[in-house]
Amino acid sequence: MSKTIDRPDEVYEALIELHRGLDDEASRRVSARLILIMAAEIGDAEMLKRLIRTARTEI
Amino acid sequence: MRTERIVRFHFRSLGASRARRRVVVVGAGPVGLTLAIDLRLKGIDVTLVDEDDTVSTGSRAICWAKRSLEIFDRLGVAEPIVARGITWNTGRVFHRDRQVYEFNLQAEAGHAFPAFVNLQQYHVEEALVERAMAVGVEILWKHRLAGLDLREQPTLAIETPDGACTIEADWVLACDGAKSQVRRLMGLDFKGQVFEDRFLIADVHMEADFPTERWFWFDPPFHPGGSALLHRQADDIWRIDLQLGRDADPAEERRPERVIQRLRAMLGPDRAFELDWVSVYTFQCRRLDRFRHDRVVFLGDAAHQVSPFGARGGNSGIQDADNLAWKLALVLKGEAPERLLDSYDAERGPAADENILNSTRSTDFITPKTEASRRFRDAALSLAGDHAFARSLINSGRLSVASVYAGSPLNTADVDVFSGGPRAGSAATDAPDGKIWLLPRLGGSGFTLLRFGPGLDGPVRTVEAPADGIAAARYDACAGTAYLIRPDQHVAARWRQPSRAGIEAALARATGRTA
Repeated sequence: MSKTIDRPDEVYEALIELHRGLDDEASRRVSARLILIMAAEIGDAEMLKRLIRTARTEI
Repeated sequence: MRTERIVRFHFRSLGASRARRRVVVVGAGPVGLTLAIDLRLKGIDVTLVDEDDTVSTGSRAICWAKRSLEIFDRLGVAEPIVARGITWNTGRVFHRDRQVYEFNLQAEAGHAFPAFVNLQQYHVEEALVERAMAVGVEILWKHRLAGLDLREQPTLAIETPDGACTIEADWVLACDGAKSQVRRLMGLDFKGQVFEDRFLIADVHMEADFPTERWFWFDPPFHPGGSALLHRQADDIWRIDLQLGRDADPAEERRPERVIQRLRAMLGPDRAFELDWVSVYTFQCRRLDRFRHDRVVFLGDAAHQVSPFGARGGNSGIQDADNLAWKLALVLKGEAPERLLDSYDAERGPAADENILNSTRSTDFITPKTEASRRFRDAALSLAGDHAFARSLINSGRLSVASVYAGSPLNTADVDVFSGGPRAGSAATDAPDGKIWLLPRLGGSGFTLLRFGPGLDGPVRTVEAPADGIAAARYDACAGTAYLIRPDQHVAARWRQPSRAGIEAALARATGRTA
């Protein structure tokens, strides 16, 4: 994958901020919502399945 | 179930200890009856054996999909079913105390049948039995299959109230349900997934003016943590389905006091209702590897089993019968080689896989197996109110539609360019045809050439539709376009300007005469 994120530090900070003040359960909930929202933005099923496989490779 | 609704039929013995029949259908449920009627209408003598002498009892299938109604119509039995049933097209999904999603399964007008008609299975069976008797199906009630010898001619050992008898058959068609005796006697594996969640099904008699829609709740206030489903049936009977979880005690949950308490919570303290039937069940998604074993063919739940979400059990069985009847009739009349029957597996096998896949996904959404799965489910539900994309993820059952036999060896691939309309393998689409409907003019006793505008008459019955208008639009047709339609109303081939040789070749392929 050779994708880049525009203004990476800002995005990374926002991701961390998203979870601020949330307990583990709420944090997982908000992650799930974010994943679905981003999935809808990407839309393409084949690309999404490729991203899902990539996420799992280092686990 | 209140006993006045149980119709009892007359036992009559074969009158001989040994008999010979061409086709024996085992099991007089909706699938066996549909198959027997279809074969009989095609001129085949059929004997139907059933261990009981009544229609089914209890909470069985209730939702009959548009495609099943079209098949019933082809068999001349749709009218009493639609007249007695409850027509619906709309479903609503609720999360906790608010509606998150509403869908209309029939967005387009101009079809003879609605997306669904709800009718208790026993009423559907009554209509089918009446039709089967009218067309001359030999029905042997109280004939229990006790043994099956397949060493040479299939031979059925039958037990009746008058003693044992033996029937030799050319073909045995197993329509004897999820606990198929034929399957058991043949020792065939029935492989798949068993789901652990228990569900309560209650059929309840009440007078209520709820709309005739399918209502599904996730985590409703009246049943926290579970799912609930409400569906109307005929005679003021309502189907209520409540998820009980994996640890529920079935004996406890079946107790009327317990059930009434749960239903009170759902229906409110003032609603008068009466329990008609209660059961606690788990379900399975599984299938036979092959549906045809030489002279024995399996259909419906005997061949494959799904969860109830999506109404894919009964409806897929009706499509099995629709698929097999014309093929077997052609083979028995010597008009097609026996290998045409291999296409039953080639077409209905993938259909079963698709039904199992869909009903498994629905079940996984409704009853998440892991915390992560539950979290995604809840995330989708929490987003669905404000975000249209999330509504598409909510899966309370993907409801049964006609299977498309996309990879069937009977199909002739398009050589001309089509940008719409039913492709080869799809069920033909209905459309208004003057004051009547298009679909009843197609298929049935034989193949049909559906031609738009004037043109060539096919080597089969040719039906002409106008080259402009709703039907032409639905078939992406212009003047000269023609569709070759199978007896089960599925498309075999289509052309912009057909040639006689092209039609003959497609016909030979669709009847198994050429590969």
